[in-house]
Amino acid sequence: MNFKRLGTIGAIAIAGTILLSSCAAATGSTDGEGTGSTLTGTLVGAGASSQQSAQEAWVAGFQTANENVTVEYDPIGSGGGRDTFIGGGSQFAGSDRAFKDEEIAEDNFASCVPGTGILEIPAYISPIAIIFNLDGVDSLNLDAATIAGIFNGSITNWNDAAIVSQNDGVELPDLGITAVHRADDSGTTANFTDYLSAAAPSVWTVGSIETWPTEFGGEGAPQTSGLVDAVTNGTGTIGYADASRAGDLGTVAVKVGDEYVPYSPEAAAAIVDASPFAEGRGETDFAVNLDRATDASGVYPVVLISYLIACNEYASSDSVDLVKGYLSYIISPEGQSTAADAAGSAPISSTLFDKAQAAVDAIK
Amino acid sequence: MTTTTPARPIENAYSAGQLPRWAPLTILIGSLAIVVIIFMFVQAGQPAGEFNIVGALLSGVVLFAIVLTTVSRLVEGHRRATDRLVTTLVTLAFLIALVPLISLLYTVLINGAARFDLDFFTLSLRNVVGEGGGAAHAIIGTLQMTLAAAIISVPIGLMTSIYLVEYGRGRLAQAITFFVDVMTGIPSIVAGLFAYSLIVIFFGPGVRLGIAGAVALSVLMIPVVVRSSEEMLRLVPNELREASFALGVPKWLTILKIVLPTSIAGITTGVMLAIARVIGETAPLLVAAGFTNNFNYSLFSDRMQSLPVYVYSSYISQGTDAQSYIDRAWAGALTLILIVMALNLLARIIAKIFAPKTGR
Amino acid sequence: MTSTAAPRMRAKQRPGDRLFSGTALAAGALILAILAAVAAFLVIQGVPGITADPEETTLLEGTDFWTYVGPLVFGTIWSAAIALIMAVPIAIGIALFISHYAPRPLAATLGYIVDLLAAVPSVVFGLWGGNVLAVGVQPFYAWLAENFSWIPLFAGPASGTGRTVLTASIVLAVMVLPIITAICREVFLQTPVLHEEAALALGATRWEMIKVAVLPFGRAGIVSGAMLGLGRALGETMAVAMVLSASNVITFDIISSINPSTIAANIALSFPEAYGLNVNVLIATGLILFAITLIVNTIARYIVNRRKEFSGAN
Repeated sequence: MNFKRLGTIGAIAIAGTILLSSCAAATGSTDGEGTGSTLTGTLVGAGASSQQSAQEAWVAGFQTANENVTVEYDPIGSGGGRDTFIGGGSQFAGSDRAFKDEEIAEDNFASCVPGTGILEIPAYISPIAIIFNLDGVDSLNLDAATIAGIFNGSITNWNDAAIVSQNDGVELPDLGITAVHRADDSGTTANFTDYLSAAAPSVWTVGSIETWPTEFGGEGAPQTSGLVDAVTNGTGTIGYADASRAGDLGTVAVKVGDEYVPYSPEAAAAIVDASPFAEGRGETDFAVNLDRATDASGVYPVVLISYLIACNEYASSDSVDLVKGYLSYIISPEGQSTAADAAGSAPISSTLFDKAQAAVDAIK
Repeated sequence: MTTTTPARPIENAYSAGQLPRWAPLTILIGSLAIVVIIFMFVQAGQPAGEFNIVGALLSGVVLFAIVLTTVSRLVEGHRRATDRLVTTLVTLAFLIALVPLISLLYTVLINGAARFDLDFFTLSLRNVVGEGGGAAHAIIGTLQMTLAAAIISVPIGLMTSIYLVEYGRGRLAQAITFFVDVMTGIPSIVAGLFAYSLIVIFFGPGVRLGIAGAVALSVLMIPVVVRSSEEMLRLVPNELREASFALGVPKWLTILKIVLPTSIAGITTGVMLAIARVIGETAPLLVAAGFTNNFNYSLFSDRMQSLPVYVYSSYISQGTDAQSYIDRAWAGALTLILIVMALNLLARIIAKIFAPKTGR
Repeated sequence: MTSTAAPRMRAKQRPGDRLFSGTALAAGALILAILAAVAAFLVIQGVPGITADPEETTLLEGTDFWTYVGPLVFGTIWSAAIALIMAVPIAIGIALFISHYAPRPLAATLGYIVDLLAAVPSVVFGLWGGNVLAVGVQPFYAWLAENFSWIPLFAGPASGTGRTVLTASIVLAVMVLPIITAICREVFLQTPVLHEEAALALGATRWEMIKVAVLPFGRAGIVSGAMLGLGRALGETMAVAMVLSASNVITFDIISSINPSTIAANIALSFPEAYGLNVNVLIATGLILFAITLIVNTIARYIVNRRKEFSGAN
């Protein structure tokens, strides 16, 4: 009996599959004309989900230019991406933080020739918007100490003196603040809290963290989308999210030096330029030490940097050309503007581009 | 069970001391009306909210239950009153279950309709940024992986339940029953990690295959199949088996021709539950089968997309053009529900064809 | 099931019988093997997490493994228990409604409608729970916190977004409802008609007939259904992760924004960013969940066995 039943279900499923695939086959190769590219094969990367929309845009752009190439990017998260890269499961990784010095010192990257080090490029720079949902208020001016106070639970009402004093002429209601944070461990949280601890060390005392401390309270919501939904659906809510997702929500202009700077891709890129590279690393390692406490004007210090990580010298030469081609495309002005359109990220500066391009060209 | 109370309003000994048939309905309408009036008075002072409709309905039903039980107790005695109360509660339970169902389906339908078009079922997401694109690759992946999981787990699960019911005695059978229950508690992501580490042994690190996804789903599916079909097989009356044995039919034929057909409706329900349980799994498939925007028809090479992963990733990584990602997510959810519904319907028809005709 | 009396008669062993029983036995043994493999995987990967040096694993934040996993265990059992308390009575009610109350031609359709709930993937439950249900029940929570805060369950302050453990439990209850209902319904439908008719002939009302004939007959099935539902509720990952506002605490307050997380949801939320030993810690929590299911099932089986005389057709 059961075999008959299974057979029927199977037959229908297979029929359905064939039907779908016959329709699908026609649309598989929309770009019939040759593009003159000689690249073929499949390139596999894995890592941060923060980069995913940008990666989608890059993959689409690169595949359109090289129609015989397939690039797969698994958005399994930074930690998973780094572990997969170390294990040799992927040719490149996306990560919200650079490898630590001691991790690089272990030098156990399975895909790379031992002793040649790795390449790390801060290719995805995205402002983090501090978003809130208050009827009739579109933007607020806040300094780092006030933001830290809101998120650590010491400022609990929207008409708190600390908020009112910075926002002349804004009608602030007598309403409890619901601070929403990321429930999952995330690079966004790490970058946001890194900013708070750098710019308001006396209020934000726990440093840069990925997991939210219980004693600070607030609501947790998973992923950027969950957080944005929680802020949108609640009232008197405030949270932090990738700026491209701020939508119609109110956003905070952050105090830097003496002025309040609203988020913008340009202001976000500016802080990366103003910050030094991490010291004591390889020539091709462009890990950045962000100077979040900066007073420089026109700089928006709450940014997320996500790295592209690859080998300098691959143990197997199979995919070297693909990696070089793909990374070159990503850092190129064309690739960066594609990502800016699709994911709202900030293009890297031309100085970083020159250095990164040289490093990518040297991959073998 | 046709235990309807006599319909005709004839004065006789059997219907004496019974509430007339129109009584419950009248009391229901009456109590709803009273509650609505009360709520309107209370609400007159404050702005009306949607929440109060739910509140009014709820209080109305509670009032109805109390009044009906009291009246029935006075007229018909406490046994009939209890009966009426239970009837109300049982019906209420059903209606309560409908609330989330309707809300869910409404939400999915409204949001999913926007992208429920031909493109969605014929295109993949290869080279798609922002608007457009489809989920054909994910639909194919989901169908293939779920089918493979069913092919792995239904025979294993069904044979195990046959062993437990027809053959198993002693410690081994006890151990299997017990551990099958334990198996239902494996968190789905652990099943995914397990399947992933299993294929890594054979294929090397970083490999992600559709079949690994199917294995992960099987781990989740097997216990549900065993547990439900075991329960159904146990319900087959022993008289049937004994009658068959008495006619000299071998045991295996008895099981195949008598026991399984008798319980086929229940077993099919169980298998469908199991499929419904796993077809919507996200985490194990992301870990084991990976993520891709391209077509892949082979379970044994390259990564494979599935609808739940498609829905989840469309939802969590929206680009600047967020609405088109959200639309795709909901359309994917709607498709997934429709697939399970279709499978469910199919299983019911099949069960109906094969099941022996009984009184019910 | 087919336990023969003392003087054992040996039936003729046919090849077909041997093949069939052999296959059945092999299938059973295979399940044990799979489970052993999963358990071995959990132990091998999990033990380094349990014994991990707290200073070296960022997840543990300097405390030891057991302090980390304690609130998770509590949250897992707590949310699943609330879900079952809501779901089981309603499921039995629905099953009875379909099997014994609804007009016969309607019953199949009604059963199908409830099965529809089983067709909804957990991601969709997550989306719906977080964006529709949580928003809808939030005013109710606020009302509870205002008027009933003397009950520890509703101590408040009410969550501003409604993403509480109660909301997560409602979602879980809705998710397990079709599972429990389906099993109960099938079992109730198998009640011997003779028993039912005998009860009715003695003058029992419909409810009394159900009480004396249907429920005792279906008790084992109800427990089985509830156990399946419990398994699902304990192990549910995505829906809880997307609905619950989780912290690592133990609290009985079910409407505030500080809620205990569950093991499965915590794995899903923390796994993507986990690296090195953190992965082992998370798998070790999976091992703990495995152990919880084991214990819960032992207890349930003990209860069922004590009442064995009522169970089943045979």
